[in-house]
Formats: sequence, C-alpha cells, structure tokens
Amino acid sequence: MQFPGRRKKVIGSSQNDLYDHCLQFYGQPPLENISLTEFETFAVERLKLLKSVENIGVSYVKNSEQYVKKLDAEFSSLNFPLRTELGDRRVQGGTSEYEKRRKDHISHFILRLAYCQTEDLRRWFIQQEMDLFRYRFGELTSKHKTDFLHKNNLKYETVSAEEKKSLKDKLITSSYGLSGITVEEYDFYKVPFQDALDLVRTRKVYLLAGNAYIPHHEIVTIVLNDFRTRLSKALAMTARSLPAVQSDERLQPLLSHLSHAYVGQDYSIQKNMGKISLEQIDALSGKSFPLCMRHLHKALRENHHLRHGGRMQYGLFLKGIGLTLDQALQFWRSEFVKGKVDADKFDKAYAYSVRHMFGKEGKRTDYTPYSCMKVILSNPPSQGDYHGCPFRHSDPELLKQKLQNYKVSPSGINQILELVKGMHYQLACQKYFELTHNVRMLFILACSNWACFCQLRDSPAKSFTEPAIVFTSAISLKSYRILICEVLYSALRFINPLIHSVCSKYRSFLTIYEQHG
Amino acid sequence: MSTSDYDPACLPDLLPLYYRRLFPFSQYYRWLSYGGVSKNYFQNREFSFTLKDDIYVRYQSFTTQNELEKEMQKMVPYKIDIGAVYSHRPSQHNAVKSGTFQALEKELVFDIDMTDYDDVRRCCSAADICSKCWTLMTIAIRILDRALREDFGFHHLLWVYSGRRGVHCWVCDDAARKLSVAARSAVAEYLSLVKGGEETVRKVVLSDPIHPFINHSLSVVERYFQQYAIVDQDILGSKESVDKVLAVLPEDIKKDLAVSFKDEKDPMKRWNLLCDLVLRKKSNSKKGGQYFDKEIMLQYCYPRLDVNVSKGVNHLLKSPFSVHPKTGRISVPIDLKELDTFDPFEVPTISLICEELEKPRAEEAEEDDMKDKENEQEAGERRRIRDYKRTSLAKYVKVFDRFLEAMARSRKGEMLKKSDLQKDF
Repeated sequence: MQFPGRRKKVIGSSQNDLYDHCLQFYGQPPLENISLTEFETFAVERLKLLKSVENIGVSYVKNSEQYVKKLDAEFSSLNFPLRTELGDRRVQGGTSEYEKRRKDHISHFILRLAYCQTEDLRRWFIQQEMDLFRYRFGELTSKHKTDFLHKNNLKYETVSAEEKKSLKDKLITSSYGLSGITVEEYDFYKVPFQDALDLVRTRKVYLLAGNAYIPHHEIVTIVLNDFRTRLSKALAMTARSLPAVQSDERLQPLLSHLSHAYVGQDYSIQKNMGKISLEQIDALSGKSFPLCMRHLHKALRENHHLRHGGRMQYGLFLKGIGLTLDQALQFWRSEFVKGKVDADKFDKAYAYSVRHMFGKEGKRTDYTPYSCMKVILSNPPSQGDYHGCPFRHSDPELLKQKLQNYKVSPSGINQILELVKGMHYQLACQKYFELTHNVRMLFILACSNWACFCQLRDSPAKSFTEPAIVFTSAISLKSYRILICEVLYSALRFINPLIHSVCSKYRSFLTIYEQHG
Repeated sequence: MSTSDYDPACLPDLLPLYYRRLFPFSQYYRWLSYGGVSKNYFQNREFSFTLKDDIYVRYQSFTTQNELEKEMQKMVPYKIDIGAVYSHRPSQHNAVKSGTFQALEKELVFDIDMTDYDDVRRCCSAADICSKCWTLMTIAIRILDRALREDFGFHHLLWVYSGRRGVHCWVCDDAARKLSVAARSAVAEYLSLVKGGEETVRKVVLSDPIHPFINHSLSVVERYFQQYAIVDQDILGSKESVDKVLAVLPEDIKKDLAVSFKDEKDPMKRWNLLCDLVLRKKSNSKKGGQYFDKEIMLQYCYPRLDVNVSKGVNHLLKSPFSVHPKTGRISVPIDLKELDTFDPFEVPTISLICEELEKPRAEEAEEDDMKDKENEQEAGERRRIRDYKRTSLAKYVKVFDRFLEAMARSRKGEMLKKSDLQKDF
C-alpha cells in the first residue's frame, strides 16, 4: 500500500489535522467548549439523521442505488460531511466541510451519552451508526479507503502470490464477482475469521485453518466489525461515567428527552393490562392480530404446543396487548395440557418461563414485545417452528395460499407478494392489515406489531368507510381536528414515537396528548 | 443384547452405583481443568443437575475433583448439564454484585437432533431412531468435523452420542472457548445450509458460485446418498414421497418427470432420470447455475443444527458420560475412526454396565484388592479404573483418554513455543 505522494492541502490551524479525513472511528472525544445551543442542535440533527438511516433502511434495500440517493439527500439537508476533500474555507452559502466534520464528531459523542444507558438503546444506536458508517465508507474512493485503514492501524497480512496461485480456484468460487485475473491482480488479506464474522456468516469468503481470505474491496465488512466492537466497548465505558454527566442540570433534561422520546421502548404496558379476556383471543386472532401472531395462535391451538421461539414471540405479544400474568399462565397451561404435557410438568417446565417473560424471575427484566425488525432479522424459524415473520420466512406459494384462505382479494394478494419480493416485509404486513380492515394507513414503520393492531381494533377508525379523507389529504387541521385526534390518538399512542418523524404535521398534537397522558 | 432390559424405575438404584464406581471422574476433571493453565477454570464452571422428581438446580460449582465426586454421589443427579466458565464461582453468584457475574468462556458446541429431520425421513419420527436414519448422523459428523478442522482450524473436537436421538460436538480449543456470541452464531450460520420451517418447501437454494465448503459437503453427501436416500429411505418409491421430492423443482421439470416416472418404477433409475434432466436444463438455461439435484441431496441429508444451542456462551448442554433417563444409555464419546460402524443400539446402558460390574472377577483382581487395602485414597481411583475396564464402558473411556492426551500434547507444544520465543530475547 503506497501512501499518497502529495499531502492534502493543510489549512494552517492544527485543529484541521483532527478532521483531515471525512470519516472517522470516533476514537477521541472532542476537547473544545461549545455552547448549549450548539450542543442541543447538533444532538437533535444527528438524531434526525440516524432516524432517517433507520427509516430508509427499512424502506429500501441497504446500499442499493435508491438507498444511497435518499441518504445523500438527508445528508445534505442536515449538513453532515459528504465530500471527501476538505477543500478550502469556501463557504457555499452554508457550512464548510470542516464545520460539518466537526459537527459529525461532536454530535456522535453527545448521542453516546444519551444512548449508553440500556441494552436496547445501545443496540439501536450501534445499529444505526454502523449503517451510517457502512454507507459513508462505501462512498469513499479506493485510495481514501486505504488511507483510512492505515490511519486507524488496521494492518492485515496480505496473502503471498504463491499462496494465491495455489488457492486460486477456491478463491474464485468463494466470493462473488472474482475471476482468475482479478485474483492475481487484487490484494487479498488473511484475517483471523473472528474479525470477519459478517463475511463468514454469509459464507462470502474462503476459510482455511481459521483464516478468512478477504479481497481488497470487501474490507469494509472487516472495518465495520471493528467499528462495532470499538463502539460497543466505548458505550459500556460511557455508561459507567454517566452519573457524573447526568448530575449537570443543564444536560440532564436534554439527554433524557433525547433517548426517551425517540427510541423510548415505552409502550406503557401497564396501561394496557387486563383489558382483554381469554375468551376474546380466538376471535381477535382472526380479526385483529397481525399475520405472524395469527399463525402462531393457530399452531398453538392445533398442536397444543409451541417451541421456544414461538412461545417467546407470541407470549410477549399477549403480554403487550394486555394479558396479565395469571391470564397468561392459565392460557398456556390450558392449551398445553390438551397436548402431551400434564399440569404438573407444565408448572415445572413452562410456567417458569412465562413468569420470566413478565419479569418475575431471574434478573427480573420486564421484557417488551418483539419489534418487527427483531422478528424479521433474528432467529429464523426451522423445522417445527412457527415463529418469525410470515412475509419474510414463508415460501411465497404457501403465503399466497394462506392469504387466499383468509379471504384476501386476488389483487390484494398480488400487491402483497410484490412487496415481499422487494423485501418490504413490514409494508406487506401493513397491506395485509389494510386489506382485511378496509382502512388506509400511511404511517406504520419500524414499529411493534402488537401495538397498532391492538389499538386500532378499538378505535373508531374501524367504522370509517372513507378513510381517504382523514389520512391522506393535507387538510386544514382545524377542520378535522376532533376526528383526527380520536383516531390518531388511540392508534398512535402506543406506537413507537419514531412515527413522529414521519407525521410531522401531527407532531404538535401528539405532544399535547402525551403530556396529558 | 446390550440393552439388558433397561427400566427407568431402576435408576434410583443404578445411579448411585454408577457414580460411585464407574463414572470416570479423574478424566472428567482433567478435561474441564484444561491443564490448569487458567486459574480457577474448573472452580468457576457451572454445572446443572436434574434430580429425582424433575427438580432442577443450576449454578452448581465445585472446587476440587473430590468435591465433585462427593456431591454427585450425594445428590445422584438424573441428568447433568455443563455450562460456562463464569467470572466468579457459580455457587456464589448471589453474593456477587449484579452485573459483574458474567459467563466468560465455554466450549463451542453443536447439537444435531434427529427430530429436526422429521420432514425428510420416512422410517421414524420424533424420538425414534433406527439404523436406516442413523446414517444422517454419520453424514452430519463427517461434514461438520471436516469443516471445523479444515476451515476453522480447530483441532480438539469431542463428538458424543446424546443417548437417544442425536449427537453433540464439543469444540475444546482455546480459541473456541473464547469465542463471542457473535462469532459462535457466525460459525453456526456458515455451517447451515438447510433453512426454513413448516412453511418452506424448498429449503436449500444454491447459486453460482458454489462455495468450496458446499462442494466439500456435497462430496460427503454423495458418498452416502444412494444407499441412504434412494435405497433405505426409498424417497423415489411411493407416490407420496416422490411428490415431496418433486415439490422443490420448477414446474417444467416436475411435469417432465411426472411423465417419465409413470413408465419407470425403479427408484435408482428414477434418480438418474432426474439428474439427467436437471443437467440438460442447466446447459440450456441462460442463467446457468441450477443445481436442483444437489439441492435435493442436501435437503435430504445435510446436517441440521440448532443455531441457538451454539450461539449462547452460557447455554447448558448435556454432559458426556451422563445417563439418558429415558433410554438408560450413557452419553459416550464417538470414535471417528470407527464412525461408519458406530451403532447407537450397541451403546451400553447403565443397567448393562452395572450388571457387568457384578460379575465374578478374575484372579488378578483379588491381588489388586489387597494392595488397595494398604492405600485407601488411591485405592478408590484405582478400583474405579479397574471397574469400568471390566465393563462395556471401557472402550469409550479410551476414546476420551486419547482426546485428552491430544489436548495435553498440544498444550505442551504451545508452552514450548512460548518459552522458546522468550529464550530468543
């Protein structure tokens, strides 16, 4: 690897060395003083950016053309660094590149403070920062990629020419898009497999004796892995020093508002408790449950049993829609007893895990129902399982049959299958719901399935036959205020406040209602 | 007959005998101490016991081999599970500040369970196994053993028969024990080819380029496929199973085959027809890379592992040499050199080995007894070693011994390397 011959234009001040690359690992925290206003603005804008990263990632295939285009637009509108060259101080009616990088740096560290506190917050933050990093690294030229690697001490061993020759065929067949010529020309790195997990997991790399043979252009996955590890460690450390920060009265309200309002997994479960009776479940499963839960419920009724993945997904859902612990125990016991499990065995083996779900055992975490992202992305079902997302995990043919059984119209089924083909599973689910309820919905994104479905069954929206008027038109809020409030309030109250960023028009309403509980 | 008519009701009588005189405690302790390289490795290991009446106790830990023996002889567990090595002694986990008690290391483990193959085996279902479907385990072991050694560079693998319907693999290398959750799940996913549950018909999808790992695995499957699938399982015999096989194929191939199968009833010939047709389609197709015949072979034979078992650092797995309460069989290590002749129905049950123990002993044994009376402590161990050697358990303990020796040799090698390096400076 050759270092670039000429040095980049340095603009005098030593501070610029900090920001001489548009991308960074956020290893060093910023050391300057800033005003509270800047503190707040930076934080909020980065949060908006991360929210967009999440939204765009759900609606488009990651790193596809549309994805990149959309993110580019977000970047520019929110004033985050885009260009790879620092350039000179030429300010084109906006902030300079240098200032954008400074904002990038500072805002990242501020959000670390807000998002280090719980496992969920950390996971979310790391996921979005990683997607963001992956996108930005992908936009770099090859030379800048190498620069970045060197600046950050990622020196991986290159594979010798002889070894490459002897492994040529294997190398060609292990990565997509490699030919005999490219294998000879490109550099390959020998990296311990633990550092290349994403490539190993998807089997996109050749493995020998514990080493992954990575072509130069795949190095981003390795870098991402490193990024994730560093960030994870850093967040853990930040959490430990957080009490000191939180004692500062100026920062405390802002930080808690940031993490609570936007990724608050606060579905106010307590408010929901006890509103459902066990007799209602069968009827509800057909009418109001999302497809995944309907599927699980049916399997449970038929087999009188569910495996662990299904028990978790369905059990937490039932908790979320309002089953109390006693109801849950009764529900599961009565069903399992009809099968091969006797009451005694149930109490010994299964009751514990139901209580665990409600936070009454072990480390007493009151688990929240799984979000759609979790159901879609983790723990795919295998033989004998019924959990997962039917739009993601079912064969399209079988899905079609099932939808036909549930009396979805043929054109509706086609729409759903199209969405599934494009990997827009949540949109497919939304479509399914719309078609079975005769309601138009604009705004279900990256949210927890149980919340919206459960609440909408109670909402007056059910009786609306002309939803178009209410939901889609840019109407004068004053005129339809009462209608909208009733409907939206019951629907949106429990939905992940992420929606705020989409329904910007209704944001003010929601703030008012939230304050009034 | 090696089952010797096992009756679960006898467990309360047989288990104490087993733990007193047959369970190979010294080898077991030697294994889990890993040469004493890390301090407190054995002391911080979690065990869980299932006692009589299904009482389950976790966070058991022991300071010495002696304590382990005494406790097991006292509690007489029906089932023993091994968990992770924690940051503190598991038996004292309540005394530790919450959040600091963490699982640090554990062997990388795999669990292959025959029930996961129910959709592709016709001879048995659920907990049953027979010699016909056992081939699936043989295939699984060959494929995974090769991959773990050659691709991932692991050396110390212990394959164990679970006692009823599957096998477990314990990867005991240093590097394996230190793997993170993400790494374990990545390894498990690398090794997974069969994806999907009830709802998925076509569970294996291959596309160009075919990764070397898949090619290696295919060559193993191909060795066994004809005898196992076509002959023993007869997947192309009855209409029902033929339909199942054809269900994963695209419409045009399906139609053609349905027609040709009307005239051709011989399953072997039917399979050849299928392969020919797929090959023809492939050369005609512009897309290329259509491997339906290979996909079928993999769907019917490739190992199905439960990723969740391998993922968790703190996941508890059945211990080698524990007894399976339902079948009475001992969870014995499998000798890979004799893999093709391994018969799960020949694995000794606890009733058999206890019976063998009671048989009259040879002359030499009496002399040894005299020696023992002089030195009580070692006597216990020596007696135990002589005891299991007289039973069918002996050959399996030998396999375990060889495994332990290999690990000891490699540890010595590592230490020599380290000290050599130091001398250079």
